[in-house]
This record gives sequence, structure tokens and C-alpha cells, in this order.
Amino acid sequence: MATKCLTKNNTNFSAGVPVFSDMKDSQTRASTWHETILATLKANDVKLIVYVPDRVFTPLIKALHADPFFTTFAAAREEEALGIITGAWMGGLRGAVLMQTSGFATIPNTLASLVVPCQIPALIFVSERGTLGEFNLGQALVCKTVRPVLNSLAVENITITRQDELAFTVDRSIKQAVATQAPVTFILSPLLTGGKVFEG
Amino acid sequence: MTHTKSSGATRAHNAKVMNRFELTKRLVGQLKAGEAVIGGIGNANFDLWASGQRPQNFYMLGSMGLAIPIAFGVAIAQPRRHVIALEGDGSLLMQLGCLATVAERAPKNLTIVIWDNGIYQITGSQPTAAPAADLVAIARGAGIANSAWAADEADFDRLVTSALKGEGPSLIAVRIDDKPAVATTDRDPVQIRERFMRGLEVKSASA
Repeated sequence: MATKCLTKNNTNFSAGVPVFSDMKDSQTRASTWHETILATLKANDVKLIVYVPDRVFTPLIKALHADPFFTTFAAAREEEALGIITGAWMGGLRGAVLMQTSGFATIPNTLASLVVPCQIPALIFVSERGTLGEFNLGQALVCKTVRPVLNSLAVENITITRQDELAFTVDRSIKQAVATQAPVTFILSPLLTGGKVFEG
Repeated sequence: MTHTKSSGATRAHNAKVMNRFELTKRLVGQLKAGEAVIGGIGNANFDLWASGQRPQNFYMLGSMGLAIPIAFGVAIAQPRRHVIALEGDGSLLMQLGCLATVAERAPKNLTIVIWDNGIYQITGSQPTAAPAADLVAIARGAGIANSAWAADEADFDRLVTSALKGEGPSLIAVRIDDKPAVATTDRDPVQIRERFMRGLEVKSASA
């Protein structure tokens, strides 16, 4: 797995990606994690993307902005982003939020008092900082709160480490979120994305 | 209500002090096209509930500060429906950044109403962090040019009429008294959300 992460820019991880009946073949042939996520969001008609940026998400955010299928913009705060996609869902539009682990730590009240009790299938993508080579102690600590918070709220959370499982995992989990009217959190491990490394 | 020792801060406007329930009724009375209304946490949604339980009303039972983001999300999803957020001043202070986000995206079909009594009424009427803050000036500074204090009831009616024309986003701030809401919302989040989605015709009434 570690080897894969180091070669994440190689293009041949898609060989094992299953083809879904409602995803075009070209979409499942996506070769990088961010291309796969974009294609999977599109295949599931998730059109609204609200984010608070993260370095790791940069290529995904750029690609989402460049694709007119999506309405993509930044919010000032993660709670706000979650509120926006909650309103959008109630108005008939599927949305997802992107944030990093430290941003996740700002949203438990929104999950507990809005998203979970109102049964909103919010799609939450968290770029995992704080592990596998973190250089910032604060990130390392806040990372440890993510899964316990989600587990205590019984919110589905899936850590994704492998490109060959990414499309299947995200596609099926979006469908489950919508069908069961429940939020889902995708924690994108540095094993998948390469993470952020200290450059100083 | 007095604000003491707050660096001599005085209110930056002369708006009349009005009553939230009375103005909520006046607002709802102008809604003829299935407009969506998001009632913020506490008395904002309680008085919305008391004004008549329109299926296009959403009552926020938690997530303090998110009435405007939720309304904004509805406005994005349904650009042909006008959406109104009713939010308290304390709640807005918790999430001021959302004004800048709204200004940047500039949804034409979004109106924000701020009930400003300078207190956290539902927790014991403590003064807010900034009871003298000029929320209209803040909104304008964030980029919502169409922001105004309602001088009195007739001015409020006029501002609402203007906002509903769909040239927003717009913000109407109202000085209100410290009277509690006249009723309490039934606290059933799933029923509230389900009824709202049917009211917005996202789900059919027979489903």
C-alpha cells in the first residue's frame, strides 16, 4: 500500500475498478484519486460542492471548478458549508463538502443538531492530516478526534487508502447515504492522496 | 434593556423598536408564491411557527448560526423560488462569515431578516457579545449592498415587498423588543424536514 501511495501519479490503478451500470466506462477509467472522485460525484448527480480548502484537495478543487456540471465554491467555515448543502438537499439538489481534519473538528454540533436528526444524506470528504508523516502537532492531535466523534454519532465513516477501491466505495456509499437518508464521511488517507509533507 | 460599560457604544441607527411576532406575521402575509422561510434557532423559528405552519417553513432546532447558510442552499437548489432566512442577532454574530459568502455568490432569490434585540433572549437575556454592532453596516461591508434597517412597520413592509422582487441578495435588520415568542415549535426534526421537502415539491405530497 505504501508503495502505491508513493506512485500515486502512475496511471494503472484503474484496472481493478469495477464498472457500474450507471457509470460510463470512461468515468471508471479515471486514473487518479481526484479524477475518480469527480467522476463518481458526477455519476451520482452530486452537483453542489462547497469547501474550505486543503492543500491535498487542490487538484480536485481545480477540476471541480473547471467542470460546468458542478457548482463549486468556498465557504468561510465548515459549519456553513454543511448548512448550505443541507439546504440544497432539502431543495432537491445533492451536495458534498470538502474539508481537512482540523475543519472537521468544527462541525460536530452541526452534525448532532442538524444533519443527523434531520436525516440529511450529507456527503463529507475529509482530507486526513495528522498521520503518516505529519509535521504539525496540532494536526496530529485533532486528527485523533475525527473517528471517535463520528462513531459516537453513529455516522458512517470510511477511511479510503486504495485507489482500486475508491470508485466502488464512494459510489456505493453515496447510494447508501441517499437511500437511508444518512450522512457519510469519507476520510481520504495519505495512502490514497499522498498527503502533505513538510517541505521546509 | 441597557448596555453598560461597552466602550460607550451607542446604536448606529434610530430604527423603532418593534415586535418579532407582529413583524413575522406581516412578512408571512406578503408571501403569495410559495416562498421558503428558514426560521433560525430559538424565538425566530418559534414565532414563525406561531404565524401559521406553512409547509414551506423550515424550523431550525439546533445548529445555531446556520439559518442563512441553509436558506442559501435552498436558494441555490431552487433559483425560481424566493427564500427568506429569519435569524437573530446573536446567531448572526456566531456566523458572520456567511454574509461574505452570500455576497460573493449573490443569489438573487435570497432575503435575510435579522431580529436584533441585543440579547441572547432564550438563554436568559444576557447581552450579546456586541449588542451595539451595526449589523447593516457589517452586511454592507461584507458586500450585501442591499441592506437596510427597517425604520418602522410600514418601512419593513416596503423593504419586504422590494426584496421579494428577486433582485437580491438583500438584508433587512429590525430592532425588536425583548418579548419571548408566542408559541413553541413542535420539536420533531424529521417531520419538520419531511414537510418542508414536500412544501418545496421535492417530495410529492402522497409519497
